[in-house]
Amino acid sequence: MNKIMSNKWIIFLYTFPALFLIGVLIVVPLILSGYFGLMDWDGISAMEFIGLENYMVALQDAKFWESAFHSFLLALFSALSLILYLIVALILASKIKGANLLRKIYLIPMLLSSVAIAQLWIKVYNPTNGMLNSVLIFFGVENPPNWLADPDIALYAIFIPIIWQYAGFYILIYYAALKNIPQSLIEAAKIDGASPVQIAMKMKIPLIMNVIKVTIVLSVVGSLKYFDLIYVMTGGGPNGASEVMASYMYKLAFESYDFGYGSAIGFLLLIITLIVTIIIRKLTATKEEIQY
Amino acid sequence: MKNKKAISFVAVLVISLFVLAACSDTGGSEEASSGDKKTVEFMHLWPEGSSAQHHKIVNDIISGFEEENPDISINLEVLSNEQYKDKIKVLSTSDKLPDVGMTWAAGYMEPYVEGDMYASLDDVINKDDFVSGTTEAFSVDGTTYGLPLELNTSYIFYNKAIFEEYGLEEPQTLEELKDIVATLNENDVTPIALGNKDAWTGSMWYMYLADRLSGNEDVLTNAINRENSFEDPALVQAAEEVQNLVGADAFVEGFNGLADEEAKSMFMAEQAAMYLIATWDLPNYTTNEDVSQEFRDNVGYFKFPTVGGNGNTNSYIGGTGVGLFVAENSDVKEEAKKFASYLVEQWGERAVTDVGVIPGTKVDAESMDLPEMYNNVLNDLNTAENITLYADVQMNAEDAQVHLDAIQALFGGEITPEEFAKRNEDALAGEE
Repeated sequence: MNKIMSNKWIIFLYTFPALFLIGVLIVVPLILSGYFGLMDWDGISAMEFIGLENYMVALQDAKFWESAFHSFLLALFSALSLILYLIVALILASKIKGANLLRKIYLIPMLLSSVAIAQLWIKVYNPTNGMLNSVLIFFGVENPPNWLADPDIALYAIFIPIIWQYAGFYILIYYAALKNIPQSLIEAAKIDGASPVQIAMKMKIPLIMNVIKVTIVLSVVGSLKYFDLIYVMTGGGPNGASEVMASYMYKLAFESYDFGYGSAIGFLLLIITLIVTIIIRKLTATKEEIQY
Repeated sequence: MKNKKAISFVAVLVISLFVLAACSDTGGSEEASSGDKKTVEFMHLWPEGSSAQHHKIVNDIISGFEEENPDISINLEVLSNEQYKDKIKVLSTSDKLPDVGMTWAAGYMEPYVEGDMYASLDDVINKDDFVSGTTEAFSVDGTTYGLPLELNTSYIFYNKAIFEEYGLEEPQTLEELKDIVATLNENDVTPIALGNKDAWTGSMWYMYLADRLSGNEDVLTNAINRENSFEDPALVQAAEEVQNLVGADAFVEGFNGLADEEAKSMFMAEQAAMYLIATWDLPNYTTNEDVSQEFRDNVGYFKFPTVGGNGNTNSYIGGTGVGLFVAENSDVKEEAKKFASYLVEQWGERAVTDVGVIPGTKVDAESMDLPEMYNNVLNDLNTAENITLYADVQMNAEDAQVHLDAIQALFGGEITPEEFAKRNEDALAGEE
């Protein structure tokens, strides 16, 4: 077996299928979309090379920056919501009754398709018949907001289901990481008289820091390219109030038939995401590795 | 042993390559005209599953055509709407459009016409057979490139029971409509269902107000085709009227966050008294068995009222649905044209009676056994003096997006009527 593994050809054969798929499905489209960004192209007739014009236009496009700002807001919210997920995971992992059942309940939104979640929350937010406003009216609120129709609120109204949607995923990750901490450490701390909060803050969280770092990157990058709920719930409206980068890109390419410009936005989105990822990694980098 | 393993790795690899290769190119070879028999390729978007009636009619018409023309055979390909759009786009980039296919009007077909993909149909079309305004929608610079199959005009549908309860009557003028709105609001009934998340519905209100206010049915069309400015006083005033209606709480709460489907279900659940929509919804108010008989009996419609004594109620906001195109580089262009015009001709009458689609061709309502509402609509069409195509269909895709966003902002009170006109004007002026 060792002989096989040291043969360069065999190594190549092993890795080739995966490399090939990644190349065809990810790398080539990435390069292509950067290339299409250099074109004036409506998706139907012939392409026309216009150099960096699309990218220059994008940098001055107020709508693009507005949607980029919305994406950053979403990233910030998702990152902050990680704290909430972590707290829930800490509680679940501390052997409370029914933890197993609760964990499964939190995971349910993960199992629903985005469109189903969107439809569900559209119903919840419905200004006249919706559950939320019915409750508010019942408690005497006179003019409950038009959640998805009010440009000042729409974006934040969508954040709630997004946070809800990903709760199960991150809680599960944290839960698994917390369960990995050797029980003996915790018991030793208990014997030394540490309170549960101290155990959580001083021991559990530092011990799973690597996992937390990964989830920060995951949630920020995921938020920057977020698309589904926003597209279904408001379509970026009203009047662009909940537009994010990905939905703006989709609109340009597939509704305005401006594939060149849409590709340019897509490529910029990639660059922005890359830069943000690097910054986060730099910010959270620590030299010392904590060991059990 | 080791060799065996290596061989099996290679085998797996080769198989996976084959699978990948098989994905790449399946469609392609065609144009097999055996002997004297010519084959016309035809693609449409009514699959048997979702549009059974449409599908059947087309099949009947095809077999009728093949019987009458034994030397031509029709090669049919059917896709669902979205897939159809995608496939046409792909085929057009490789210059392999079917000989006859379906297209949408105005803004949608513009790039195809500019790319010389569609053949001129001026030699086969008889404009008198079509309702005025329909063939125009498929024309570019006076040449017709599509044969319209469907036509929709918009009316305000209303709930007769609600109107009766509060002693209301069909309004003739906008002022009367506003009185109705006031009465309904006093009684806590939502006056008008509107799903402006799909901003084309709000655009219909705006367009009707512009049409009536100006007394000139071409005012909007002229602004779009740049014979006039969008900052025309009538167009600004219409935007003001929109905000007046919003201010009078004419529309359902939170309309900017509601989809058209949601607005429709409010109207159909009798939670709103009125609903402006096109005639594609007629089956819901007449023949659709899934809707309660009681509700269907309760629905009436009226034409959009006049405004300040201006406007012609025989002018409609509407639009053609799909039409037929013939590919410019088809090898069998003559036969394709023959088939397309045969299909359109046969389609008309059967479309209304069998599927409840209002065709683009003129039909004689008296000779058919139709629900009353259909008869009335068809009669209205025969006396229609103008049909203005939906603004977002008339504009190219980019400007349409600006228009629709501006409509949401206008209805939401985020911008003034002047700003609304300016945004549209800037977008339209930008393309020259």
